[in-house]
Amino acid sequence: MKTYVTQGFEPIDTLKKPGSDTPWTLKEKLLLGLSSGEYVKQLVRNPFNWILAIIYAVGIPIILGRFYYGLGWVTHSSYDYPWGLFLGWGLFCMVPLSASGFMLGTTVELFGRKDFKPIERLGLLNGLLGYFFAVMFLQADLGQPWRLIYPMFVSLGPAAVLFLVAWHVATYLTVQVAELVPAASEMMGWKAPKKFVKSIVLGLTVAGIILSTLHQGALGALFTYAPGKVHPLWYSYSFQWFHFFCSSIFAGLSMLIVVSTLSKWFLKWRCDADFLGSLDRITLGLSKGASLALITYLIIKLTAVAHDNEWGLLFTGWGQWYIFELSFGVILPLILYTVAIRNQSVAVARFAALIAVLGILLNRLNTALITFNWNLYQEIPHWREIVITVTIYATYILVYRAVLYRLPILYTWKGESK
Amino acid sequence: MKRLNRRSFLKGGLASGVTAAAVTGSVGKADAAGDFGGYPDSMGVLVDLTKCIGCRTCEAACNKEQNLPAPDKPFTDMSVHDEVRHGGLPRRTSEKAYTVVNKYEVEGREHPLFRKVQCNHCQEPGCLTSCFVNAYTKTPEGAVIYDPKVCVGCRTCMIACPFYIPAYSYSSPINPVVKKCIMCYDTRLKFGRPPACVEACPQQVMTFGKRKDLIDLAHKTIKSRPSLYLDHVYGEKEVGGTSWMYLTSQDAPFGEIGFDTHLGKQPIINYVKEFLAIVPMVLTIWPALFTGFHLLATRKEAKKNDESVS
Ligand code: SF4
Ligand code: SF4
Ligand code: SF4
Repeated sequence: MKTYVTQGFEPIDTLKKPGSDTPWTLKEKLLLGLSSGEYVKQLVRNPFNWILAIIYAVGIPIILGRFYYGLGWVTHSSYDYPWGLFLGWGLFCMVPLSASGFMLGTTVELFGRKDFKPIERLGLLNGLLGYFFAVMFLQADLGQPWRLIYPMFVSLGPAAVLFLVAWHVATYLTVQVAELVPAASEMMGWKAPKKFVKSIVLGLTVAGIILSTLHQGALGALFTYAPGKVHPLWYSYSFQWFHFFCSSIFAGLSMLIVVSTLSKWFLKWRCDADFLGSLDRITLGLSKGASLALITYLIIKLTAVAHDNEWGLLFTGWGQWYIFELSFGVILPLILYTVAIRNQSVAVARFAALIAVLGILLNRLNTALITFNWNLYQEIPHWREIVITVTIYATYILVYRAVLYRLPILYTWKGESK
Repeated sequence: MKRLNRRSFLKGGLASGVTAAAVTGSVGKADAAGDFGGYPDSMGVLVDLTKCIGCRTCEAACNKEQNLPAPDKPFTDMSVHDEVRHGGLPRRTSEKAYTVVNKYEVEGREHPLFRKVQCNHCQEPGCLTSCFVNAYTKTPEGAVIYDPKVCVGCRTCMIACPFYIPAYSYSSPINPVVKKCIMCYDTRLKFGRPPACVEACPQQVMTFGKRKDLIDLAHKTIKSRPSLYLDHVYGEKEVGGTSWMYLTSQDAPFGEIGFDTHLGKQPIINYVKEFLAIVPMVLTIWPALFTGFHLLATRKEAKKNDESVS
């Protein structure tokens, strides 16, 4: 793509062909204005696609095998570790990293911070795709995925935390689709849907906050069902939901910084001047938000240790691991963000974001897998489980990229977009 | 029956979490209401571990009653007592065996002690309260049964069971389900008969009866031979009480024969209440709060607009 752009090619960003009144056809829009041959050529030229191809060559047969031979073929069929990587990574890690949707919606629409507008759509998209693929991971993990709607319509267990997660993720997905309708409408030249969404955007945003608070928290609360299994340092029956909720705030913001940085590096041709020009300022703004959430999180984490009087546990092996998680995943990014804000250094902020994202991954994997059953034994996921996880994640990246190529997320649609 | 109220409240609370119906004022009731505590006349089983000889007759009876697949080793093979699986642990319940008997060599004891493992049929089961399709039912007779027709296979119930009981038939691609002891509900308990394992035991290790009578019996048994029995009825209080309860001897305390002695007396659902209580709060307060924020934050803009209009 870069090559074409340096050759003077301009990807489509208007409804009508320049200088004339003929609208672009859908096919032309989907191919960004390239011919099919040119499009395939750029696909082949991009080394990243080769990596994807290899992942699919291995991963797709194994995914088919999972549905043909059953879960027992791809996992260790553990009764003691009923949840493996699919949920440990796909649900518990993806969802907090996708909190950017509601964060940015709140900032721009609710608090009226129009200065974050250029990145709002990326935040929303990051949220939508993250949730959507969390559901895909869930589908890979459920014993009977075709019964996914049972908790909604067939047999209701409303007193269970997972019931709330199911309903909220489903509703919230709808909200996020609605929030991104304007982007699609612009590209397709529809007017009514965009107008409609604009009229209810405040409602959508408030719904987003409620749903996010509750289901981000609920993911934490799921572990309160296992008081003896999660290590006490990672377990806090009073604060668990708040830990998960609060960390999702900086997780979402940091992920957004990471994604926007990647977009800037790899999809520069698709970003418009507005996005590129404001990105540094926005990154520092997001950093401020993230560092506030980080410090709150650090305080409540320590409060939980004090509340349950677990200081002694810090001196055990698990305690050292806990200290590592907190220093690497919370304190380090907090310091880096502070340095970045003080010195107005965007590069440091980006690095801090990366560390914060890794820190969240570590925390969620620790809670769900590594310290789970700490007094039994540790389990390493089956290689097929890892392959499937990588494949689904690769699809997430692929879809993400495909959408960024086309919808006006990183750029503004020109012309009658009012 | 008054005690059932709390559960119905929780249902109401979370259901409204979905429909966003207002439930103002009900915050805090979750804590105020008492515990469910189980059905008064439910049945139970008292297991006297000091009598068990590890013959595995109960395992065989269970296998037959529940139509489970043939075991890897015949039930007469005692070498299974020395089997160790992942993590140096003894055998556990699985999709092929709803109950297993494990051997424990306790230091200072001449003979090993055997422990029978199966679902304890909790009074307020973790599995039941965590299931989002309500696949589990605690019957008035005391059994915790499971409906495979609605189970989605999320396996939260396996996470929530403090005793590591439910197993899952991972090997089935089309119809994997949870596999666990149902206290022979369909074939026996429903008709007032004791579970198959209880009846089959040659040593009368297990006594079937009303749970409240069994508690009395347990304490009487302990009193009758205080030098033999440990003064603790495991399951009387643990995680809110269980229908299956255990007695052990003084020189083999529960902690040394594979029982988790750190579970506490609270039913599992109590640990989740803290979160459940905030749900109605968030639902009612958040909308007003954030709409308020919005108005404040955008007031300046609105003023500007007003001025430009006038
Ligand atoms: S049948 Fe009775 S004695 Fe034999 S293993 Fe089972 S409980 Fe113990
Ligand atoms: S022992 Fe486990 S499976 Fe059995 S009723 Fe209690 S929580 Fe449920
Ligand atoms: S695995 Fe089945 S029974 Fe267990 S919690 Fe999930 S839906 Fe309920």
